[in-house]
Formats: sequence, C-alpha cells, structure tokens
Amino acid sequence: MRQDLTVQQMSEDDDRSPPLDLRCGAAPSINRARNCSGEAVSGSGSSTSSSIPASVPVTVTEYQSQYPDQVLEIVLENVLQFLTSRRDRNAASLVCKSWWRAEALTRSELFIGNCYAVSPDRARGRFRRVRSVVLKGKPRFADFNLMPPDWGAHFGPWVCVLANAYPWLEKVYLKRMSITDDDLALLAESFSGFKELTLVCCEGFGTCGLAFIASKCRQLRVLDLIETEVTDDEVDWISLFPEGETCLESLIFDCVDCAINFEALEKLVARSPFLRKLRLNRHVSIRQLYRLMVRAPQLTHLGTGKYGPSEVAQRQGDTEPDYIAAFAACKSLVCLSGFREITPDYLSAIYPVCANLTSLNFSYATITADQLKPVICNCHKLQIFWALDSICDEGLQAVAATCKELRELRVFPMNAQEDVEGPVSEVGLQAISEGCRKLQSILYFCQRMTNAAVIAMSSNCLELEVFRLCIMGRHRPDHATGEPMDEGFGAIVRNCRKLTRLAVSGLLTDRAFGYIGKYGKLIRTLSVAFAGDSDMGLKYVLEGCPKLQKLEIRDSPFGDAALRSGLHHYYNMRFLWMSSCRLTRQGCQEIAQAMPRLVVEVIRSDDEEETDNYVETLYMYRSLEGPRHDAPKFVTILR
Amino acid sequence: MEALGLNMGFEETELRLGLPGNRVLSEGEGARKRGFSETVDLKLNLSSKDTSEKVKSFQKEKNPLPRATDPPAKPPAKTQVVGWPPVRSFRKNMLGVVQKSSGEESDMAGGNNAAFVKVSMDGAPYLRKVDLRMYNTYQDLYHALGKMFSSFTIGNCGSQGMKDFMNESKLMDLLNGSDYVPTYEDKDGDWMLVGDVPWGMFVESCKRLRIVKGTEAIGLAPRAMEKCKNRR
Repeated sequence: MRQDLTVQQMSEDDDRSPPLDLRCGAAPSINRARNCSGEAVSGSGSSTSSSIPASVPVTVTEYQSQYPDQVLEIVLENVLQFLTSRRDRNAASLVCKSWWRAEALTRSELFIGNCYAVSPDRARGRFRRVRSVVLKGKPRFADFNLMPPDWGAHFGPWVCVLANAYPWLEKVYLKRMSITDDDLALLAESFSGFKELTLVCCEGFGTCGLAFIASKCRQLRVLDLIETEVTDDEVDWISLFPEGETCLESLIFDCVDCAINFEALEKLVARSPFLRKLRLNRHVSIRQLYRLMVRAPQLTHLGTGKYGPSEVAQRQGDTEPDYIAAFAACKSLVCLSGFREITPDYLSAIYPVCANLTSLNFSYATITADQLKPVICNCHKLQIFWALDSICDEGLQAVAATCKELRELRVFPMNAQEDVEGPVSEVGLQAISEGCRKLQSILYFCQRMTNAAVIAMSSNCLELEVFRLCIMGRHRPDHATGEPMDEGFGAIVRNCRKLTRLAVSGLLTDRAFGYIGKYGKLIRTLSVAFAGDSDMGLKYVLEGCPKLQKLEIRDSPFGDAALRSGLHHYYNMRFLWMSSCRLTRQGCQEIAQAMPRLVVEVIRSDDEEETDNYVETLYMYRSLEGPRHDAPKFVTILR
Repeated sequence: MEALGLNMGFEETELRLGLPGNRVLSEGEGARKRGFSETVDLKLNLSSKDTSEKVKSFQKEKNPLPRATDPPAKPPAKTQVVGWPPVRSFRKNMLGVVQKSSGEESDMAGGNNAAFVKVSMDGAPYLRKVDLRMYNTYQDLYHALGKMFSSFTIGNCGSQGMKDFMNESKLMDLLNGSDYVPTYEDKDGDWMLVGDVPWGMFVESCKRLRIVKGTEAIGLAPRAMEKCKNRR
C-alpha cells in the first residue's frame, strides 16, 4: 500500500502546476540546459506529462530509455540526495523549476526556524518525503519571562499534519515549542519507524506524554530532554519501555525533575547495548549511578545525578562502592555532566577519565578553584567547559593553563543578581584569552569587566564565532577607567572575522553600535540589553549588518525612526524582538503596512490596556501565512 | 493608601507562602490596581501578573543614569528586573538548597485562568490532567472524564448539587453500585465525593481528582454529608 502511495505522488508531481514560489519574487526559470527546457517554461505540465512507469520509484538508479529529460531528472534527484546542507539545497532549488521539484522530492530533513513562518500544510505540500523535522517556536527572550505564558508555538497543528503526511518520519527536534501529552501520544502512534525525539526548552506536557513515547516507539534510539519543563504526573514512564533489547543510544532526562523507578532504569540500561549517552536527574543517587555505570561501561556521555553520599549511608557507615574503578572502566567516556548537590571530595573518582574528556559540565556544581584544580589539570583534551563562577578567576586561570584545545567556555553566575560582589572578572577573561587560543564560543557572566580584557580576547582568540558577555550590573562601565564598554566590543567585531553571534552588555553608547554596523558583517544573531543612546544605535546595526537574522533588544532607547531604517532588511530576517524600548503603536503600524509579508505582533503583559504611549513588546517575523489564528488576547497583530 | 480601599484591606489577612522577602513586592511600592497579584506564585516561573508589575515598575525608569560605583545592597524588589540577568529559571532554581519535592505543586503552568488538576483512575495505567476552568457544570466534567477514560462508566454523582447528598439513601444506592465514582482532594487535604458543593466552589477547592469504584467511596459519604451540613 505504501508503494502505491509513492506512485500516486509521483504522477501528481508530473501533472500538477508548479506551486507558488516561496520567495516573494518569482524564481527565474532559467533555461540553463537542454534537460530543463521542457519543464521550466510552462506551468501546465503538459510537455513532460509522460509519466514515469509505475514500478519505478523516483530515486531508482536504473532508467528506462525514455525522454532524455526524464533520465536527467532522475540523475538530478540522485545527485541532490548528497546535498545535505539546507542552505545548499535552498540555493539548488532556485536554479529552475526542474531543480526546484527534484530538490523538494529529495529533501529529507526539514528545518523550520520559526513555526509561524510557514504553515504545516504548505510545508507538507512542497516536501513530500521528509524523515526529519526541526521546528523552533518561541523567541529566546521568552526563556527569561519576558513573554506571558500561552503565547503560542503549539506543536499540535504540526503533529497532526506530520502524522498524515510523513508516515516514515524518524526524527523530530523541537525547540521552544509548547507540547501537550496528546501531541506526544499522536506522535508515538503515528510513526512506526520513529527513532529520535529531542526537546529543547519546551513545555506543556508531563511524564504522561513520556509514557506514550516510551511504550509505543519501538525503534526509539534517542530520547533527549534538554532544559525542558516536564510536569510530574506520577507516571512510571521508565518502566514502559518495551521488554527485550532496545535500540536506545541516548537517554537524556536530567531536566525531568521527578522521582524515577530505579529498578526499571537499571533493567533498561542493562538491556540497551547501544546506549552511549545517559544523563540522569538529581533523583538518582551516586550509589545508583555506580550500578548503572557497571552495567554500561560503553557510555561516551554521562550525566550524573546527585553527586555525593546520602546522609543515611553516611550514618550507617556502609562501605562505599569503588567509584574510581567504575569511572576507570568507562574507557570511552568523553563527556561528563551533572554533579548535582555535589560533595567535592567525590570528584577524585573522575580522575581516571579526565585525560580523555572533551566536554565537562560543572554548571550545577558549586565548586571552588581549589576543588577544580586537581580535576582540570588533567583535562588536556577538553574542548567544552561549562562552570559556575564559584571557581573564581583562579579557577579560570587553571583552565587556561591546561586546556589548550578549549573551543567553548560558559561561566554561569551562582548568584544571578546585580549589585553583588562577583567572583569572576576581567582577570579570568584575560587568562582564558591568553591560554585558550582556539576558543570559538564564550558565554561569560560577571559583575565587572574592563575594555582591556575584552580587547585582549579579541586579539588572542581569532577563531571566535560566538561572543556573549553579560555584565550583570546594568549600564556598568569599565570598572578600571569608568568609560563605556564601546571599545571592547568594537575590538571584538573588528578583530574576530568569523564572528556570527554577539551579545553585548555594560554601559554602551551609540558608538558601540557604530562599530557593530561597520565591522560585524557576518553577524547573524545580536542580543542587546540596556544599551545605546538614541535611534542611531539601532540604525547603525540595521544598515550595517547584512547577515543579521535574529535581533533581540530590550530596555534600550530605540524608537520608530530606527525601526524604519530596517525596512530594506526585515524580509531577510527570521525575527526582530524589541521590548521596553521607545516604539509607538503608530510606528509599528507603519512597518506592518509597508511590509505585508511581515507579521507584526504587539504583546502586552496580561490583559491590561496599554496605558503608556510606548509599545511594551514588539515581536515581528516574516511569514507566508499572514496573521496567525491562535494568537492569545494579549497579542495584537497589526495590519 | 487608596489601594487599601480598593482591596478592602485583604492584604493583612492574606495567607502567603514562601520565605519572607521572596519575590513579594514590598508593601511600600505604592498604590496598585491588583493586590492579589502580590501573592507569591507557587509556580516555578513568575506569573504573567507578576511580570507585568515588574515590567511596569521598570518602565518608569526610562533613563537610568550610569552608575559609577556599586550602590549599597538594596532590597530585591527595587533592583530586580524581570528576566535580568538572563539566566533561565531552572538554573536559578536548581541551585537553591531546598528542592521542591515531586509531590508539591508543579501543575502545568497554564495561563492565569487555568486550573489544571491531575486525574487518576483506579486501574488505568496513565494519569491525565484536566483544566477545570474549561467546564461550567459537573455534567461537562463527567462528560470529559468519560471520554478520557472511555472504557469505564462514571456514575452520575451529585448532578443536582447538594440535594443528592442530603438524601442519604440515594447516596448509598449510588455508592453500592459497580459504577465508578469521582472523588477529589480538597484544599484541606480531605477526600470528598465530587458534586457535594456548588460548581464554582468545587473548582476553587479541588486539588486533584481520583476516580474510584463506588464501593470504595463509601467511606467518604459520611464525611461528605458532614461537610455539606457544616457549609449550610
């Protein structure tokens, strides 16, 4: 039956008229080669309506001695199979109608960066044979309570369409989507070959939903829940995985803050010979961890639960398992994380694996520099390091001394407040810049910083692609000179030629934005908070950064004039977010009227009428669908 | 203050949960339209009402001056701004000394107007959740429950509200049958038969639902009737 479906699709492909192009202007139907000529011109599909024989699927390598167009189309489809990058595929699809169709038939990974930019039906209409879907919903600032709940980004409408359109769907990756248990139930029931589910920063469901996935997805290889909120429905989902050997390769549930049936988990791990990645939640004790490690020495990625002895065990004076031996037995371990509620003494257990580690995440562990040093001094291969600022500048110096291969560093604040003494500063940043010359990505929270350190990083770390500095005190200047942080960020954009993502903070004048506009030619994502003096700041950026796709701004004095200066560029962007700025409703209205393919949302917090002249939050994004129909009351879509 | 007049002075008698000074906007912040929003949110995230308060209070300081020196420690209510520094709440929360146990309130953070409660049924493998505010009467609720647990039938319990409960023999008939009967845990932690109070009161006081066999619910009948009488 499935085979017939494919055939039906194919004859439809030939007969249908070319659908609307996804760009605003029609793609040029260029008659590049003779094989395209028959197809590109007419929309009626009359010329090559000779159908492909029913028994031949589109991607077959043998060909019939038919019209040369047919043969070459099949060849094209076979070649396009090898194009995996979506940007390459987008480019290929614009060559001519024939290429457009071939590409649409062979694209198996569907990436939708904004779930409201295109409707599920439209996506289904163009791409017929999709195996993997990536969907992203809410804008990032929603993570910080800047958006009221129930704004949208519902997975429901998507899963319904996917269930009908892609019976062979294998992978779903969702980020910042709102998902219900019923959505997960439908997903679990609809795709017999479903293999991978990854949910990042999602919410709306509970262990109920997980139960459906565990019990019905028999081919499941990956179940990764990352920074996702999962309600405790008191369902023992772990015991619902099928009996017998599983295909599980990755099980990540550290964010699922519910008690776990450990016996069931242990049995699951024991019957999952392909398991490589396991990240536990804090309800798994260290003794239980030991038992799991003994069962699964083949693990490559391990996230511990509670990393310290329970009080009960201590009181009873039980002999402790040999944790060091357990770690030593995991010869393939390259990534360690977890370490919740840590007892630092127990860190010595991981010494055997340090030399092989490429990724170490201590961002839940309140350890000091002295506790870090004996660990980090062995981590010569480390490429990714996440930690709390409890390690202080001294800890960062230790990292800089050893981790010469470091690519990514994230330092999170233990105390996420302003106006407190911070344990890390420009000293740590300077040390890292001198020691870790291959650094590509940094996220650094601190209370004070200097331009000098930032400039040093800009000249030492030329591979930087992501630079996110968060000076937590708003409008903080360089604490040594009292000057704005303009020169530091200016140096970053000027010297780091590969920079694609930038987040700024501290006291910044329009000058900083001038630098960004002048030098930040590759920047795709820019985050701005409490910065700038006037409209000019935003203008510099909108006029100067041709690759800008995602711009999120809060509490900065940019107004309508600045907004207008981006009219030439908004269709190239995924979204613009501006909250607590100086935009008026009329200003936003103008944009909405000037750009029909832009959805301009004005978001109030709660049901209160706008008392102010200024719009609280503007969130606008390009879309083929016009205003969405699921907007809640506190969202007004301007037309 | 004018606010007190509007709020009828409820603030002083209002029960509050959580540690003092924990995100409760300080009393001295001036007149506000919605006094109830000051109740500490049980959910992990700030409620949207809370958000609006803070965003509004911040918007008033549109041109904050750059600070050359660190100001002395201020009370949290004044300096904390929503979403700043940009650290996700799960990261902030997990560093706290006391983690919320799984039994405590973490009901799905719906909008302000949702009242999600867990529904379990004896014999059914999965829990479900319902938003009580989606229904207007007990009948609507039974209908929805019936659809959710469609292989079981739920006895018609208390559709006339309190009247049925006053009729002891009628109640006993129901409970002696083999149908399933919905029960709920109310704010006091007591298990009650669904239907013993007016719908609105039920929605306010219901914490979770459990659908049990009629015979098992017999023990609840006397208590239910007690409470009914007391409420009269």
